[in-house]
Amino acid sequence: MADLYRSATFMEHGLHPDCKYELDDATHEHEGVNPSCGDELKLQLRVRDGVIEEAAFTGHGCAISQASADIMADLITGKTTDEAKRLAELFMSMVRGEALDEAAIADLGEAAQLKDIAHMPARVKCAQLAWRTLDTMI
Amino acid sequence: MTRPMSEATIERMAADALDIAASPFKKDFPLLAANPNLAFLDSAATAQRPKSVLDAQRRFYETMNANPLRGLYSLSVEATKAIADVRTSIARRIGAVDEAGAPHADEVVFTRNASESLNLVAKCFAPCALKPGDEVAITIMEHHSNLIPWQQACAQAGAKLVYLHPDHTDGAWRISDDEIRAKVGPRTRIVAVGHVSNVLGVENPVRKLARAVHANGGYLVVDGAQSVPHMAVDVRELGADFFVFSAHKAFGPLGIGVLWGRGELLERMPPLLTGGEMIDSVTQQDAVWAPAPEKFEAGTQDAAGIFATGAALEYLNETVGIQTAAAREAALMAYAMERLLALPGIDILGPHDHRARHGAIAFNVRGVHPHDVASILDARDVCIRAGHHCAQPLLAWMGAENLACCRASIAFYNDKADIDALIDGLEYVKQLFGRGE
Repeated sequence: MADLYRSATFMEHGLHPDCKYELDDATHEHEGVNPSCGDELKLQLRVRDGVIEEAAFTGHGCAISQASADIMADLITGKTTDEAKRLAELFMSMVRGEALDEAAIADLGEAAQLKDIAHMPARVKCAQLAWRTLDTMI
Repeated sequence: MTRPMSEATIERMAADALDIAASPFKKDFPLLAANPNLAFLDSAATAQRPKSVLDAQRRFYETMNANPLRGLYSLSVEATKAIADVRTSIARRIGAVDEAGAPHADEVVFTRNASESLNLVAKCFAPCALKPGDEVAITIMEHHSNLIPWQQACAQAGAKLVYLHPDHTDGAWRISDDEIRAKVGPRTRIVAVGHVSNVLGVENPVRKLARAVHANGGYLVVDGAQSVPHMAVDVRELGADFFVFSAHKAFGPLGIGVLWGRGELLERMPPLLTGGEMIDSVTQQDAVWAPAPEKFEAGTQDAAGIFATGAALEYLNETVGIQTAAAREAALMAYAMERLLALPGIDILGPHDHRARHGAIAFNVRGVHPHDVASILDARDVCIRAGHHCAQPLLAWMGAENLACCRASIAFYNDKADIDALIDGLEYVKQLFGRGE
């Protein structure tokens, strides 16, 4: 999983997240925390006719939690809430170490980079924070 | 018969023992010997164990395995004697002796770990000592093990938990005399203090706290989990009424803790657990407790672990020598602090003066979450701890971002190469996060 930190695209999401801002006209909003890490995240969505038009987050945490949140917000923008929920479930299976088929890996896009986090159980919850938050709010 | 060593050989060995450029001790530790590139800097969480300790554990099962205390055959007698000998050895090493120097072995109770020892004091002694309106004083830097049991004891007794804070204005992070005067008074029945902080590495003014709490007839509980591996301990000289430590942080096995308490206090306390091996007699409706220490040791003890704990203390005190261990650690600490302080973007938590730190260095890489630092170092075979170090109130009080920090901790078996690997790893972290200078 140390390769993650060497990945320029992953670190770009972690250090300069595009989707990290306050969304003024959010229709959905939920806060997630990892008490043992001190990670705190507020996820906001603007959903219209069942489609996520915009996703953004605020908060703080490690590079893994921040990058994972940014990648997720990118990925779910333009998707239906049903599809976003399916992706969240796929992601959580993946970081728990369950094998995914190629189509599922392709659907997760950049988020598939986080697959190897499964080898470091202490960091799984960092990667999951945004997705878990998403899963509980839609 | 082995030839006696020449004086030159002894001198050379002494010089090698103190030379931190290399560690003559790593070869004694199977895990370190098998992983020469591993920089193990997490001994404050659990230390590595030397071969002599692993051998002792095995020797117990191979040559003296029987249920101690109850048997009437020679194997069981031997197992019983093995435990008794370690009790005596611990009493002697921590200064639990009478005026003539005879060890008070009956004051040494075996538990599972320092946490259990502290729980035993808080659950079985505190209720005899506390009444509503009384106070228990602890420091803000206590490990949760020496904090939550007192929260519980105070809540149960209607007592108040008071915190002593270190003075950081002069960079020393010491509990000042003024602070002791302000917080330890007539209502203070118990002071519970970590001898050495597992985060800040500072040694607390235990003797002064003993004088302050004893002046009002109170009691002093000392958590020695972070001091026993690093320094000679004398409970009488410290003025402790109770002293606890864990074997696994002192190069012994996991699962063995020690509680020392003054005999007359142990006598007054009820047991925490009841059952086998802790009674004198049992009738249908009643039971008479055995005297201490057996009163506090219900059930079959981990005799092999206790035997191996004896081997660990012998290794530290005889093979290495506590003075040699302390001198090596002081030199390693000086080197580590010098290198860390020279590295831009590193924030040290606690004292910068290496002489004020024992074993632990807490720090953060500015702008990088401690968990990211630990993961990146792990990929380079550098083991450090990152998180709240079971000291959340301390990190909250210090305003640590994310309530977390990194901690590198050293033992006598470390060497300069371990520190260099840490520093190189931190340079790499800064490079990855775009903060290289």
